[in-house]
Amino acid sequence: MLNVSIYRYNPEVDNEPYMQDFQFDTQGKDLMVLDVLEKLKIEDPSLVFRRSCREGVCGSDGVNISGKNGLACITPLSEAVKGNSLIIRPLPGLPVIRDLVIDMSQFYAQYEKIQPYMINNSPAPAIERLQTPEERAKLDGLYECILCACCSTACPSFWWNPEKFIGPSGLLQAYRFLADSRDTATAERLSKLDDPFSVFRCHGIMNCVQVCPKGLNPTKAIGHIRNMLMRNPT
Amino acid sequence: MVGIASSFSQSGVINWLVQRVSALVMTAYIVFITVYLLANPNISYAQWSELNSLLSMRLFSLLTMASIASHAWIGIWCVLTDYVTERLLGPKADIIRKVLQVCMIAVILIYLVWAIDILWGF
Repeated sequence: MLNVSIYRYNPEVDNEPYMQDFQFDTQGKDLMVLDVLEKLKIEDPSLVFRRSCREGVCGSDGVNISGKNGLACITPLSEAVKGNSLIIRPLPGLPVIRDLVIDMSQFYAQYEKIQPYMINNSPAPAIERLQTPEERAKLDGLYECILCACCSTACPSFWWNPEKFIGPSGLLQAYRFLADSRDTATAERLSKLDDPFSVFRCHGIMNCVQVCPKGLNPTKAIGHIRNMLMRNPT
Repeated sequence: MVGIASSFSQSGVINWLVQRVSALVMTAYIVFITVYLLANPNISYAQWSELNSLLSMRLFSLLTMASIASHAWIGIWCVLTDYVTERLLGPKADIIRKVLQVCMIAVILIYLVWAIDILWGF
């Protein structure tokens, strides 16, 4: 039997959070962590967590699994269980709404700051704005972000200053538009990033790279932004 | 709320560059002094005094002191704005951090003026 310990907190009932222990029979299968949560929810319907696509695309079920942020739906027990024990907590650093569900308002506020959309005020061509294969290739490793918040909530700089530091996810997206040949607002975007907090609170500890379930590298993107800021003083 | 008024510079790029360049200057100074002392194991006071009276050495020392001052300012400011905040310590943190920032800047400036006085004399 697998020992599963889950963070529980219902602010309408509980004075403070606590860890609830469950015994779970895996029947010898290497299930995903989300499968375990789903089966435990049948046993205890009051358990609350987010999930949607259950295949690592929607980014809804980001949780802290045995100390490491990840998506419950694509994290197998063989990776997550340590010493016959599985510990599931909400993503750290953001307020808990209930059990494993966090309030992601601060995360989305930072995402909104970087203007995550194409800015190009020139007249739109008849069909589409074209890119060379080389220009398009610059977006690889950037556009795949699913905004699960695993990276930003693994970042101490984001924990300490979530209202000022954009965070790895937002900065990866910021560079996605800075690197896009079709976007014409590069100078405007950079001018909004050259303060001591937005980009430069990243100290390069690479927690974000370690936890990204899509294998992306926000630290590298942040380095590119830093280089652009140095080459283009605002 | 954490602000940037007491930051070394209002520009993140400048802070970042100063931090890196000052680290290189301090490293160069430490390496030079270490090599010099290893190459002169029986150094006399006269020899040490002569080295430090050279204009180039005094400029190097002054540059290193300025590097220590700026490096410390940026580094300590980052630590204070990370850990001495309302989020971590409650509502009194803002005033505590501002007092600590003023103290930090005062100490750094006093050390810098003191170092200039030692190197150049008034």
